[in-house]
Amino acid sequence: MRVKPIKVFALLAVICVGSLLLSAMGDFPAFGDPNSPANAGQLATHYITQVRVETKVPNIVTAVLADYRGFDTMFETVVILVAGLAILAILRRPACESSRRFAEIAAMKSHVDLIQVTTCRLLIPVIQLFALYVIAHGHHSPGGGFQGGVILGASFILMALVNGLRATLLRFSEKKALFLSAVGVIIFAGTGLICMLLGGNFLDYEVLHQILPYTDPVMARSHAMLIVEIGVAFTVMSIMFLIYAVLSSGGEMEGGL
Amino acid sequence: MDAFLENFNYIVYVVLMMIGLYAMISKNNLIKKLVGMTIFQSAIILFYVSIGAKEGAAIPILDHHQMHVAAAHDDHADTHKDKADTHEGEHADTKIHKADKHAAGAHSNHTSAEHASTHTDKHKHEAPHAGEHDDHDGHHVSSEINPAKFSNPIPHVLMLTAIVVGVSTLGVALSIVQRVHQGYGSIEEDDILNQIGPNADG
Repeated sequence: MRVKPIKVFALLAVICVGSLLLSAMGDFPAFGDPNSPANAGQLATHYITQVRVETKVPNIVTAVLADYRGFDTMFETVVILVAGLAILAILRRPACESSRRFAEIAAMKSHVDLIQVTTCRLLIPVIQLFALYVIAHGHHSPGGGFQGGVILGASFILMALVNGLRATLLRFSEKKALFLSAVGVIIFAGTGLICMLLGGNFLDYEVLHQILPYTDPVMARSHAMLIVEIGVAFTVMSIMFLIYAVLSSGGEMEGGL
Repeated sequence: MDAFLENFNYIVYVVLMMIGLYAMISKNNLIKKLVGMTIFQSAIILFYVSIGAKEGAAIPILDHHQMHVAAAHDDHADTHKDKADTHEGEHADTKIHKADKHAAGAHSNHTSAEHASTHTDKHKHEAPHAGEHDDHDGHHVSSEINPAKFSNPIPHVLMLTAIVVGVSTLGVALSIVQRVHQGYGSIEEDDILNQIGPNADG
């Protein structure tokens, strides 16, 4: 049996990298060591001990994600938006006549399974309600905009799998998805801009207590995090669905799987 | 063997990374390359989360009692001590009273015995609560959150965004593969290289 030279080269490279990583492992702190540099560092300690005083958000991960590292998260959202746009730019093309005809005939003749459709009709509202819970309850339990957005997107993908892409696009069209994904980024960046207009820094939520009713500077941070998470959820939801729709239909947005 | 178990997470991450890297370099099929890339990403995620782990620590979410202590501390820092003392004294007294009463009635009635036990249970639940309050008043520092009790939130935050961005980049990569398939009718690397030109070295 002839072995390809590329495989030998790959094996050598992988063994080299692996042995380097394994030899470097001796310098790692022990697993689960609370006093390791990463765990006992000033930053992590500050987040854990000060988060309740500074933001009143019990979920430290949410507080760090949406407030302390707000810039990072905002540009992550932009990355997702850009990924959706890139996929459209690479694959999107107008459906040619033959494939449109094919999709129409397929839609007419396709056998709609009663059990699948009924199950979905029952499941999808529950899934979406749960997604809203995950988004809104991200301050107090594991969750937030990214997770809730993905669950919302999954509910639309489920709809497209069962009812067909055409039927789903009638409800949640490509245009709407693009619009919502942009709205999400605008909500996030707009919150930052409003902070600037009120005299603070970009994404410095404390100054928002001037316009949010019944808040002090600390609660304003907590509420602004929810606003920002909603923006993230919009973007993630629509881009997840868009990725599925474009990939499954080969860019024609007609037949789908 | 001990060293192996202590570094188990790190060893798994190295192994996963090697598998992913091997697939990315040597596989001929573009989809398999992407699978390798995803395995590589998972290895990085495992590595980061392992760094943030702490022995005996909980997830980085404070419970509401701790939040409440912080709020009380903010609002009535000076009056807190007297209030808490009197309040707690009353509370404990009534509790004990109730429990005694129920215990007295327990001989005659089965259900009331159950009641009594639940009450004492409740009382036990309250006990650490009261202890913490005392600590809080006596020593300011001990009411602070102990960072060793919560795992490091920073790797969690970084990986949370990394996962979603990983999905988006995977989507872009898959769409490029699909475009290549539309153009060349194949996702095998050597096929594509052969079609691109005779000079291309497969």
